[in-house]
Amino acid sequence: MLKYIGKRVLYILLSLWLIVTATFFLMRFAPGNPFTSEKRLPAQIEANLKAHYGLDQPWYVQYGEYLVKIAQWDFGPSFKYKSQTVNQLIADGFQVSAILGLMAIFIALAVGVILGTIAALRHNKWQDYGAMIIAVAGISVPSFIMATVLQYVFALQLGIFPVARWESFMHTVLPALALASTPTAFIARLTRSSMLEVLSNDYIKTAKAKGLSQSAITVRHTIRNAMLPVVSYIGPLAASIITGSFVIEKIFGIPGLGSSFVLSIGNRDYTVIMGVTVFYSIILLLCVLLVDILYVLIDPRIKLTGRKESA
Amino acid sequence: MEPMLQDKFKLAGIKHQDADNVSRSGLSFWQDVMTRFYKNKLAMIGLVLLIGLVFMAIFGPHMTGHDYRTNNLSQKNLAPSAEHWFGTDDLGRDVFTRTWEGARISLLIGVSAALIDLLIGVIWGGIAAYRGGRTDEVMMRFADVLYGVPYLLLAILFMVVLGQSLTTMILAMTITGWINMARIVRGEVLSLKNREYILAARTLGAGMSRIMRKHLIPNTMGPILVTMTLTVPTAIFTESFLSYLGLGLSPPLASWGTMASDGLPAIKYYPWRLFFPAAFICLTIFAFNVIGDGLRDALDPKLRK
Amino acid sequence: MKKRIMIVLSVLLMTSLVFAACSKPSSNQPGNNNNKGITTEGESSTPGDTGGNATQELRYNLHSEPPTLHPGLANDNVSGGVLNQIFEGLTTIGKSGKPEKAIAEQIDISDDQKLYTFKLRDAVWSNGDPVTAHDFEYAWKWVLDPANEAKYAYQLYYIDGAEQANTGKGSADSVGVKALDEKTLEVKLVNPTPFFLELTSFYTYLPINSKIAEANKTWADNAGDLYTSNGPFKLAEWAHNDKVILLKNDSYWDKGTVKLDKITMTIVNDENTVLGMFEKNELDWAGSPIGALPTDAIPSLRDSGKLHSQAAASTYFYKFNTTEKPFNNANIRKAFTYAIDRQSIIDNVTQGGQFPATAFVPPSIFTENSKGYFGDNAIDQAKEFLQKGLEELGYKDVSELPAITLSYNTSEGHQKIAQAIQDMWTKNLGVEVTLENSEWAVYIEKLHSLDYQVGRMGWIADFNDAINFLEMFRDKDGGNNDTGWENAQFKDLLAKSSTEKDAAKRAQLLQQAEAIFMDEMPVLPIYFYTNNWVVNDKLKDVFIDGLSNIYFKWAHFES
Repeated sequence: MLKYIGKRVLYILLSLWLIVTATFFLMRFAPGNPFTSEKRLPAQIEANLKAHYGLDQPWYVQYGEYLVKIAQWDFGPSFKYKSQTVNQLIADGFQVSAILGLMAIFIALAVGVILGTIAALRHNKWQDYGAMIIAVAGISVPSFIMATVLQYVFALQLGIFPVARWESFMHTVLPALALASTPTAFIARLTRSSMLEVLSNDYIKTAKAKGLSQSAITVRHTIRNAMLPVVSYIGPLAASIITGSFVIEKIFGIPGLGSSFVLSIGNRDYTVIMGVTVFYSIILLLCVLLVDILYVLIDPRIKLTGRKESA
Repeated sequence: MEPMLQDKFKLAGIKHQDADNVSRSGLSFWQDVMTRFYKNKLAMIGLVLLIGLVFMAIFGPHMTGHDYRTNNLSQKNLAPSAEHWFGTDDLGRDVFTRTWEGARISLLIGVSAALIDLLIGVIWGGIAAYRGGRTDEVMMRFADVLYGVPYLLLAILFMVVLGQSLTTMILAMTITGWINMARIVRGEVLSLKNREYILAARTLGAGMSRIMRKHLIPNTMGPILVTMTLTVPTAIFTESFLSYLGLGLSPPLASWGTMASDGLPAIKYYPWRLFFPAAFICLTIFAFNVIGDGLRDALDPKLRK
Repeated sequence: MKKRIMIVLSVLLMTSLVFAACSKPSSNQPGNNNNKGITTEGESSTPGDTGGNATQELRYNLHSEPPTLHPGLANDNVSGGVLNQIFEGLTTIGKSGKPEKAIAEQIDISDDQKLYTFKLRDAVWSNGDPVTAHDFEYAWKWVLDPANEAKYAYQLYYIDGAEQANTGKGSADSVGVKALDEKTLEVKLVNPTPFFLELTSFYTYLPINSKIAEANKTWADNAGDLYTSNGPFKLAEWAHNDKVILLKNDSYWDKGTVKLDKITMTIVNDENTVLGMFEKNELDWAGSPIGALPTDAIPSLRDSGKLHSQAAASTYFYKFNTTEKPFNNANIRKAFTYAIDRQSIIDNVTQGGQFPATAFVPPSIFTENSKGYFGDNAIDQAKEFLQKGLEELGYKDVSELPAITLSYNTSEGHQKIAQAIQDMWTKNLGVEVTLENSEWAVYIEKLHSLDYQVGRMGWIADFNDAINFLEMFRDKDGGNNDTGWENAQFKDLLAKSSTEKDAAKRAQLLQQAEAIFMDEMPVLPIYFYTNNWVVNDKLKDVFIDGLSNIYFKWAHFES
């Protein structure tokens, strides 16, 4: 197991390097630069600026410097927001996005698994239809519409929650719900379908035949085995949810990482793009690793190193 | 075999390569699937709905005599009426006509993105999991890298290099869209491939492609279909997000996604501009979902009675 | 058993919510109690506040994170919106709309209008240090130092030797700004510059506490002891991407005038959200000049009498790429320009009470321009021009015109206007036009490299003078020209105007230049901007100048 994880960490580093490299070139090939603006700078000043940030250097020098900086976990200052370093920007934004994201994931997992389980156990009964209609509703409303409608109804019309911003617990409820709606529905449906899959297996029948109660079967055999697709879905999803959603953050005026990232791409704020990409990738790769480890813990039939067969 | 035994035993007429063929006779697989699908009321509702939507996407834009692009500024933001069934938008264009014009684009984008995702995702995930070992490692790490690179940058470059068009849009949508599918297929296949019946099939000499087609894919059909029906809405929403950032369609062409996001600020004042596109997005996705569920149940070999 | 899972799950859910709540426990909602009777719980009244008195706390929204709060580095209206409250220059734009003396107590101008001598009043920084002439000299030279990457350094190019110093062709010592003593600042200009006293109110010309700045390069990065300012307010907190809090500056020389105790500037980007917050009394202001009101909300806000409007010195226009067919032909350009019904666009699309532009320089600078150089919606003339243009280019009819694309950067507003204009061109000229929207940086690159045919642009005046609008079209390769258009006569008139000392004659020269510009029509003016906003009824005396700068110095809540 440890050996496997060690190997995976190596792979993570390799992937990171590839991601950094790809992002570096994508950034350079995209039209525009951090100094692109409506009121164009005098050529001389733009040249000075570029020289100052080393953008006049050949690409391999810039690339090399990036790699060194990233290895030292120093992403430098933001091009646009001069008083902020990228490290600070990520730290500030991630604090907020992570809390919001964890809330959303929790709601999604709790509600999604329960809905899905109920639906599967009562397959083709009204509970099934009810749960799936909720799930379909969740999926079919895009998050930007969901967020606006929640805000309109619960904040503007009913006045139960504040309209926007990130100040107290009450401020977090609507954005967390809006963020959770699609994953909840997705998880509910995945749970249902893989539960159905599992329920028809022989070992469930055996368990029934042995006289185990429905709930014991559900907990001991079904849910555990039905969680595989949910787990593989939630891994990358968790990574993207806790690193922030542009749309939700914009509508609810939340100072999270998601909106900073989208803005940085629009601004061609190279250091921010690179910093957030690296940060996001690390979280993503760790989540993926976690998923693979969870796979083994959940389903003993999967071998971590399926290597023997091919080698 | 020894000659003596050869006399005592007779081949029952089954060729070696068919050894794995233990299908039952009678109804063919697909007949069976269709029968069960037709019995599923919800799925049939979905199918009818979808056919209706496609019908309207084809004929809807020509039903009222208004076109989707001519402005009529004196008629802007009118509520639904006999003249304009779904009202008019902020440039005085007929929302009914635009809704069905938008249906063409949204449905096209949704379905083609889902199909491409399905194709790439199933092949990629399936091969990775089945081959295992180094192949799996390399293939899945490639997916990670693609997932990690900022999608917006990729999309921007796509648009710049290939020019803005519907095709580019669909391609941009699938750059990373298939990864989820690949992950899910891989997870399922990983869990299935060491099961007894696969081992049995393999022992009986079935090759990789046969095992994939006959055993692994049918058994992963459930999650695949669910994921696929979810790619449709994702594609429809991604399109509106890209359009919002200036990477999408050029107006006056509209999709449901762009119509809905245009209508969003008007929720308080002219709700019909949001309601109709949003409602049809929901209906479409509902239809895809129940059809997906119906197919899933119908395809499931274990639910056969 | 099933119950037990439910219980476990719901307990987990609860704990997660509690955890989330605890991590951000402070719910310090700023607010004023007497606002339409709505109070938020946990709101405390300010000490010394008696019954009917208004709490002098303003809740404003900044729209986006200020890129910097260093006056020398700022080049955007969000940063400017904060800096204008916490700093004060030699002059400031007073309620008259004209520059008034601020830190300068006395201003002497030489006869050739090239030498300015400013006598400074006794003012102090928020930490008690005196504001000296050295602080100005330091600040301006700091901006001009190429090492400091000030993007707005060219705003100082009117000063002798400034351009050379900034582009590395001269030294900082030869820049024409000098502190003769603690309280006297002498400034030498390149040309007589009639708008120079307006410039000295602009944020690039603000002073910096040189004592602190010399010792600490990062003084402006965060709120704190190092961040000193000399304006009506001081910076108390800067939570990046979240909010900026300003408090009344008790060391301000004119503090008797300042009535607000606190300004909380939240950073919320979405216009609809901001309006919603205003409607639920979470904000005292929504809309321009920093941010905007959602277009769909404007008619109902106007009907309810809540909408405030004020003209701004800014023009919304389209540029033509004059280097390529068909827009290399002036008559074709004119045809497209004349064939637009601007009033209808304003009434139906933008709906913000803007003014139709049939000239380029806003009427707040040239009052004659409210009438302009041609009639709005002059379709018959447009058709004539089109015919002439087609003949000149050798086309038989419009169908032979090359495919025309109208480009703009993505934003709902630009998109709507573009669609309306596309439709008008089709109806009035019979021309099919394709729209192309691009992401911002991509779009700007297209304009700069002349990879477009017709492209959207807006120009917001840096200072209230026609030259600011006209000079961007002086040279073909000039930074903001982007049309490939150049005209010797136009150039000549601009050159003459720069040395002309007489204000009236200078204005005449510039108007002649504009007339040539409007005859050649390298741009298609659409409208002159207005600022539209809604405000808490109790909030009075907020001042917005002609350049859309907002000032809270005089603002107060009425009880």
